[in-house]
Amino acid sequence: MAEFSTSIKDAGGVNVVYLKGYLDAHTAPVLENTFSNLIEKSKYSIVVNFKDLSYISSAGLGVFMAFIEKIRDNSGDIKLSSMSDKVFNIFDLLGFPLLYEIYKSEEEAVNKFSETKKLEN
Amino acid sequence: MKTEHKKLREKELVVKSNTTNLSTVRDFVYATALEIGFTTEIVDNIILAVDEACTNIIKHAYKSFPEGEITVKLKYNNKKLTIVIIDHGVPFNPETIPDPDLQKYYRQHRVGGLGMYLMKSLMDEVKYVSVPGKYNQVLLSKNLNTAH
Repeated sequence: MAEFSTSIKDAGGVNVVYLKGYLDAHTAPVLENTFSNLIEKSKYSIVVNFKDLSYISSAGLGVFMAFIEKIRDNSGDIKLSSMSDKVFNIFDLLGFPLLYEIYKSEEEAVNKFSETKKLEN
Repeated sequence: MKTEHKKLREKELVVKSNTTNLSTVRDFVYATALEIGFTTEIVDNIILAVDEACTNIIKHAYKSFPEGEITVKLKYNNKKLTIVIIDHGVPFNPETIPDPDLQKYYRQHRVGGLGMYLMKSLMDEVKYVSVPGKYNQVLLSKNLNTAH
């Protein structure tokens, strides 16, 4: 059975979600729970770090679509970072870069939240 | 093996229609695809296409009932890998699946058809055959010489 887990770090008000392992139709509910828990706690500024994600299928991509509008409606966002070429190619093939900001590094993605806040103030 | 004279080899795996078995199917296809000589990049694409086909069978043909049977047959030689996936669930008409529209999914908070689109994009051939009341079959193939 494929292993998948998430862990969360607070980076100055931005919640960084680390994905590890294999994200498919079997493990997608784990990520759904992670996003649901963040939303329950009104944590809407989210960076997802893909560094340790080995595999993603469309069931995993679907999880991002399920939560993004609710998060943006609450002035938040899900920004993506640190994808391998293999994982990025799948996102790219399906047109996700039009809907999501994807950054090379976690730091860049986290900093975008504070830049956006500065612009708003 | 009776097909040995054509240098066509075959392997078969039968699993229950439970998402826990997706990784078993991926591992099964991965090893053989590598052995044939596809690059790891192409092998990754092939196992994703097979995963998508099996996920569709589990969700749509068997409606997430975990005790259905999925048969994965690999037929291959040094030029081509063909993967035939058979189920006995609800017949499926791929013509009814539109190409994915992410803007629409964004509004609806759901996705559909992404798996089908990936299969078509990543493989050289995708064919569906349904014999109502008997079986459904999806055939995926990838040629070695066009694999780059």
